[in-house]
Amino acid sequence: MTLLSAQKVGKFFGSFPALRALSFTVERGQCVALLGRNGAGKTTLLRILGGLSRPTDGGLQSQARISILGHGIGVYDELSARQNLDFFAALSPVAINTAAWLEKVNLTQVADAPLREYSRGMRQRLALARTFMGEPELLLLDEPFTSLDDKATALLQTLLGEALQRGAAVVLSTHQIPEAMTLATHVLFLERGKLAFAGPRPAEMLQDPGWLYRNYGAVA
Amino acid sequence: MLRQAWAVFQKDIRMEFRGKEALNAAVAFALVVLILFSFAIDPTSEELREMSGGLLWILFAFSGVLLLNRSFSREQANDTLDVLMSLRVRPSALLLGKAWANLIFILLVEAICLPVFGVLYNIDITGQPGWLLLTLLLATWAIAVVGTVFAAMTVNLRLRELMLPVIVYPMIIPALAGAIRLTNLALTGAPPAGDDWIWVRLLIGFDIIFTALALGLIDFILVD
Repeated sequence: MTLLSAQKVGKFFGSFPALRALSFTVERGQCVALLGRNGAGKTTLLRILGGLSRPTDGGLQSQARISILGHGIGVYDELSARQNLDFFAALSPVAINTAAWLEKVNLTQVADAPLREYSRGMRQRLALARTFMGEPELLLLDEPFTSLDDKATALLQTLLGEALQRGAAVVLSTHQIPEAMTLATHVLFLERGKLAFAGPRPAEMLQDPGWLYRNYGAVA
Repeated sequence: MLRQAWAVFQKDIRMEFRGKEALNAAVAFALVVLILFSFAIDPTSEELREMSGGLLWILFAFSGVLLLNRSFSREQANDTLDVLMSLRVRPSALLLGKAWANLIFILLVEAICLPVFGVLYNIDITGQPGWLLLTLLLATWAIAVVGTVFAAMTVNLRLRELMLPVIVYPMIIPALAGAIRLTNLALTGAPPAGDDWIWVRLLIGFDIIFTALALGLIDFILVD
């Protein structure tokens, strides 16, 4: 079942083409690794998929419930962990047991303390709870492994596995190809705003993370 | 939409009352201006009564902008605005919740300043409490709704603290004109009569038109 369909999506910033005529679909249960060098258009594409930016050309079709984890952690420093999750749960169309999520990310003991008293790892775990709670159908993750501590990395991998198992789709942009390839079923490879490769994850990527860049990395 | 707006309103109230940074700054600014002006103006003069509405509303508008500036910038620190948009929170719900919170914050500043104004300037503020309250509500909503939509527009500007008042003040001149006139009347103890009703109608019309405009435009402002 198709969760998201992009048809000839393009985005211009002034006269600069950030994305050029991208067409692809994301199906239920797929984990799509969005790869590309810095400036290739990964974040721009994720913003368009998340409804944060309008494409200049083409269109998107998706009725999926989306959750996004960007470069910021997406929670409020002035609130406690419980208040943060309660707030986002109140905005969700589905009922969410926030206490269970606090337990799951091991923050129950400090649930009522303001976030500015949290360590970086605790804040990351709360961000993961916020992202995955409510069983979103499509998860958009922008470099999710960057600067995670070991506990948060393990938690992220567990949550991603659970989400994929229940049929959610994941689109994750990353430069950490080895971590991504263990989860990815499909790959979108962007090169200067163009889709240089789109399809099932090449088996070669498991042994050789640079394979895609060498074979598809020179789009004119 | 109202459920989402209510959640945003509660969240903004909770966040501001946890730190009270903007609220303290706005109240402190307003009180300092009131005290400074009390040295400059003879509190027994008749002119004071005639200019008291103007003094109060300039004060409320200036201190209000200090609060409005925080409205969308508090969503920037950890990219929470992106999260809200991706959760398909309707931009109009976001605007409405934030405008309600700003209304409460500015009304709080007014509630603290008015008694101080009454004491320092020797003016009875209880002569027409109903009319004063109606004026405060209508004009404060005008500042809150116009200010909130422009706070969304200027949130990504580096000079947003400077740009917001530059854009907001000219837009709210009609509402401030009505509020000044009605506040002067309320402080003299006389109810509006005859031509004065036009100012009430102006404030109501301003609120309706600018609320509708803000709700219609916010979608284009928040999604780039």
